[in-house]
Parts: sequence; structure tokens; C-alpha cells
Amino acid sequence: MDLFEYQARDLFEAHAIPVLGGAVAFTPDEAESAAAKMGGRVVVKAQVKVGGRGKAGGVKLAESPSDAREKAAAILGMDIKGHTVHKVMIAQAAPIESEYYLAILLDRANRNFLVMASVAGGMEIEDVAHNSPEKLARVGIDPNVGISKEKAREIVLAGQFPADVVDQVVDVLLKLWAAFVAEDATLMEINPLVKTSDGKVVALDGKVTLDENAGFRHPNHESLVDHDAANPLEAAAKAKNLNYVKLDGQVGIIGNGAGLVMSTLDVVAYAGEKFGVKPANFLDIGGGASAQIMADGLSIILGDSDVKSVFVNVFGGITACDAVANGIVQALEILGAKATKPIVVRLDGNNVLEGRRILNEAAHPLIQQLDTMDGAAARAAELAAK
Amino acid sequence: MAIFVNENTKVLVQGMTGSEGTKHTGRMLKSGTKVVGGVTPGKGGQSVEIEGVTLPVFNTVAEAVAATGANASVVFVPPKFAKAAVIDAIDAKLPLVVVITEGIPVHDTAAFYAYAVASGTTRLLGPNCPGLISPGKSNLGIIPSDITGPGRIGLVSKSGTLTYQMMYELRDFGFSTAVGIGGDPIIGTTHIDCLRAFQDDPDTDAIVMIGEIGGDAEERAAAFIAEYVTKPVVGYVAGFTAPEGKTMGHAGAIVSGSSGTAAAKQEALEAVGVKVGKTPSETAALMRAILSNHK
Repeated sequence: MDLFEYQARDLFEAHAIPVLGGAVAFTPDEAESAAAKMGGRVVVKAQVKVGGRGKAGGVKLAESPSDAREKAAAILGMDIKGHTVHKVMIAQAAPIESEYYLAILLDRANRNFLVMASVAGGMEIEDVAHNSPEKLARVGIDPNVGISKEKAREIVLAGQFPADVVDQVVDVLLKLWAAFVAEDATLMEINPLVKTSDGKVVALDGKVTLDENAGFRHPNHESLVDHDAANPLEAAAKAKNLNYVKLDGQVGIIGNGAGLVMSTLDVVAYAGEKFGVKPANFLDIGGGASAQIMADGLSIILGDSDVKSVFVNVFGGITACDAVANGIVQALEILGAKATKPIVVRLDGNNVLEGRRILNEAAHPLIQQLDTMDGAAARAAELAAK
Repeated sequence: MAIFVNENTKVLVQGMTGSEGTKHTGRMLKSGTKVVGGVTPGKGGQSVEIEGVTLPVFNTVAEAVAATGANASVVFVPPKFAKAAVIDAIDAKLPLVVVITEGIPVHDTAAFYAYAVASGTTRLLGPNCPGLISPGKSNLGIIPSDITGPGRIGLVSKSGTLTYQMMYELRDFGFSTAVGIGGDPIIGTTHIDCLRAFQDDPDTDAIVMIGEIGGDAEERAAAFIAEYVTKPVVGYVAGFTAPEGKTMGHAGAIVSGSSGTAAAKQEALEAVGVKVGKTPSETAALMRAILSNHK
């Protein structure tokens, strides 16, 4: 789960990482009163989970509370690279002397964690890595060892930070590591980490990604979920714990296992070329799909007005095909007259004969069975084009 | 021969007394796997009967190994307790630990992976994987054993159900070993580990490698193939038509920008002589053509 900047700021503050004052505002009124409370000049920053908001006009300096109100009114509702701005952060403005970069992230290739630290912050860190790699320290961290004070100092010196801020940056790095571990993060990036004109090191902007698998250790993370962002169908699917992504085609897809569902999207996309149709969604019902899960999945997909046909592609492993077949039959009973679109089913694997028999006996007018993935994809595409 | 397991592999099931553990222990036994016991902390001394076999339950892996001579374990323990279970297995110096559990926090996986590497004795497979099967010999995990029988193809895949699909497509040939390595951000055994083992296995003639969008594991595997693998390899990458910036299930399956796309992976694999199919059936057809020439 990616956090908004204001959420990252609050999380940093909770872990004693130095930040400037900041508050979230959903309306120009709230922006004005937040700016009044803060006093002085403030920065109004669009809260979107996409880069390049500055260039898009999503970050503005405001001289007064009424100015903050005006700037917020201009930014709220703005579209930044397809993301609508629903909220702004009112941040205390500060005179900045230097901008640095500091991050901890999960390193998939090396299967550990990675600290990146650089005196050259405030710009694209990819450019620093490419153009002046000597200015970017990259140090792998053993999760069972962590970062000692000595190690932190080594990293900060390797990042070429000037002597007058080394102690402060070491302190920030140690606190960032503690926060990274305590919150089960996979990314905590401070860019820029700044030195203000009074010599203080402060985190000015942050990106945080939290591990959803660790949710059981962090009941408070639930409140960080952004309910505005999800498409209504995606939100409905999430409420049912279904792994669903809305796409822009006409063939609804249900399958078991992320790899097989992705493969199904490909096969349908190829088959659909001839008919001018594409997959309408990704939906993985997972390993132990019950009748209820199938009913939930079908009802989400049939609730998508773009969907013209449905392809259920299941290879029975842990999920036996008879359970899937019963699930489809029961789902159609639950949905009744709401189910109006043709459903192409391909079952293989564990208990396939029983699964096929159940569907044959049910003889539901909407259901067609095919034996192969390719054949079923072609039929679903053809039906969607009608 | 097979890779990582054989007909003499003695298997413990960690979490055997849970519902998933019990169900899959039964399936493993039915497919001929030598399951010798289970581990559930607090239930040591009990025994359970599964598929007509009475299996002892132990509190720790070390006790189970001392009593049964087990040399592998399969972990079905829920995410909350998985880290402790895996560390218990590493402490007992088990050569192979297969972690089926889905949903383990990645900080936990990072910790037990580093611990396994430091131990120098334990190979981890997974987490969030279907396990591995050497048909007719041993089945550690949840791969259905009745899809196909023994043969001379080796298979390595991130995805469980795609593993099953590919085994099914090539069921008339059979497999030496099929390995599902899992799709989590950190996994214990990689495509490269399996490619190396299949290359070194005298009973494997050809290899199917299944990848997914996201990350650069397939690109690194391609570089390894160029350097080490002389046996024919056929590849498949799921997600050719996935839109950018959407996460599709597996944590690994995220497309962002140009790197990590199926097309980039296909290009990397084809550059080292791997034939890449656009669908599972096309991939199977490529393998058929190779094996027919081989005969």
C-alpha cells in the first residue's frame, strides 16, 4: 500500500523523524484554517500518488491564509496524469539551503534491504545514479543485523554529506530504519531531505509503501487505505477480499491463480483481435475458491456494464472442479435475473469429470462448456463481439 | 534422478494438524511421498492418522529429525507463525524447506531467507509457492499428482496454476521434476537455481521456464542460460497484454515502464536461444517439436 505524502509525514513524525508542520485539507475552507493555524507562508501541495505534480502546477506557495484558500481551490479537482486531486497538504514553508536524498527499500534482486543516501537530492535519483554514481551510496542491509550507529555513519559519509550535517543525517537514518522495521515498510524514501537556513536537517517530502501482508501486526494501517482512489467495482471486489483489477475491454475473466489469470488475459486478447474485443478485468479467485467466492466474483463481473461475455478458466489444483462447478450453479441461482450474459467455462484438473457433469446437468442457458483454454477464449471473444 | 528431491526424501509437515496441513499431507501420502511426521509446537507426543498412516507429531523440527531421520519439510503454518516455523527448520539443519504459506510479511521472509543463507545448510523453496513434484517419486506441496507421470522434462515456474496447466499440456511426455518457485518479492529458490539443477540432472533432457511480468528474474535467468545451460529451454511469460502500472495478484507481477514487461523478457530469452511461446499451448507445441527432434 502506497501512502500519500501527508500520511508519510505523519508516520515520520510518529517515529521522531524531523518534519515541518503539515496538515491535510479536503476543501479550500480547511486549507485556509490550516494555514491560519500554522501561521506565516505555507506551501499548498496536491496529494496524488504520482510523480511530476510540481511541473503540473500541483505545488504552490501561499503568502497568507486567504491565499492558501485560493491556491487550494485551484489545485483541488485538478487532474495530474489521470489522478484527480481530492486533497491538499498545507505545509509549513522553510528557507532551504541544501537538498539531500535518503531511502530504505526492499531489494528483490539481492533479497535483502537497501539503503541509498546521497548529498545530491531534490532531483531524480535515477539521474544521480546514472550521471554521478560516486555521489550515491548504495549499501545492502542484512535484516537480521540491521543498521548500527557505526554502519549509519559509514553510509552517510559514503553519500558525501558535508561534515556539518553528518550527525543529524546519521540520526535520521537510524530513525528511518527503526520506522521501516516497526511499520513493515517496503519503501521509505525522503526526497528531499533538506538543510534549512538555520542548519536543521528535515524530511520535506516522503514516499512510503507498507506491506499489506503485515496488516495483522498493524491494525492501525487500515485507516491509511485510500477509499477514494479505487474504481467502484474494484472497491466492491476489495470488500469481498477478491483480487480484481478493472481493465477496459468486454470479456469478463475469472480464473484461479494470478499466473493463469494473466495468461488467460493474453489468450483472450489474442483471440479478441479478430473480433475487436479485449479482456474487461483481471479476477483471481485464488486457491480455495468456494461457491460463495465464485458467486461474489461473478456478481462483480456481471455488475460491470462493459462486460458482454464471461470466461471462467479454472485449472483444479487445490480447488476441485466440482466445487467450482457447484459455485457457478449456485452463483447463478443467487444472481437470478441479474445474470444475463453468456458464460463460457473451461474446467480442467482435479475432479474435472464431476465438474463438467454438474454443469451439463444444470443445463443453464447462459453456460457453455469448452475443453481447451484456447477454444474457450475464442468462444468468449466471439460472444462478446455480438 | 530428479532435482532437490527423490524417492527417498523423508518429509515432515509443519502445521500438519491444521486443516490445510492435514488435507495436503493426505494427498502427499497418496502420491507416494514418504511423509514421516508432523511438527506443531505444543502438540508434541500426539499422533494423527492420515490416509491409514499413523504419523507422530513433534514440538520442534530438531526432535522430529532425531526421531524420524527426516530431510525435508513442507510448511503450511499460517503467516503469523511462519517465520518461527522456518527458523525452527533451519536450526535443525534440514536440507530442504518448502514454504507453501501465502501472505507472509516480506520482513519475515527477508529475515528467514538471510538466516537460511547464513546457515549454509538449508535450501528454501517459496514462500507462497505450490512446492515441487517429481512424479512417481515425491511430492512436496500442493501440486496435483495425477496430472501427469514421470518423464524427462524439467519445469520451473513462478505460478502454481500455470505449472499445472503446462504439465497438463505436456502430459504425454511427463516430467523429471516440476518446481513452483512462488511469486513473492523474496523467494528462496530462483529460476537460476532450478536451471542449474536441471542442467546437472542426467534425467532431464529439456526445460520449460515460466515467468511473469515484473522484476528482472527472467532477464537474469537468460544471462545464466547463455553462460551455463546447454539443454534446450522453452520459455513462457504471462502478461503480454497486461496494462502498465497495474498490480496483478502476485507481488512480483507489476509492470512499470519498459523493463519488466513480457516483451522485454521474451527478447532477453530469445537473444540467448530460448524459444518463447505466446500462450501455454504454443509453448507446449515448441517443446513438443524439440522433443520429437530429440528422439
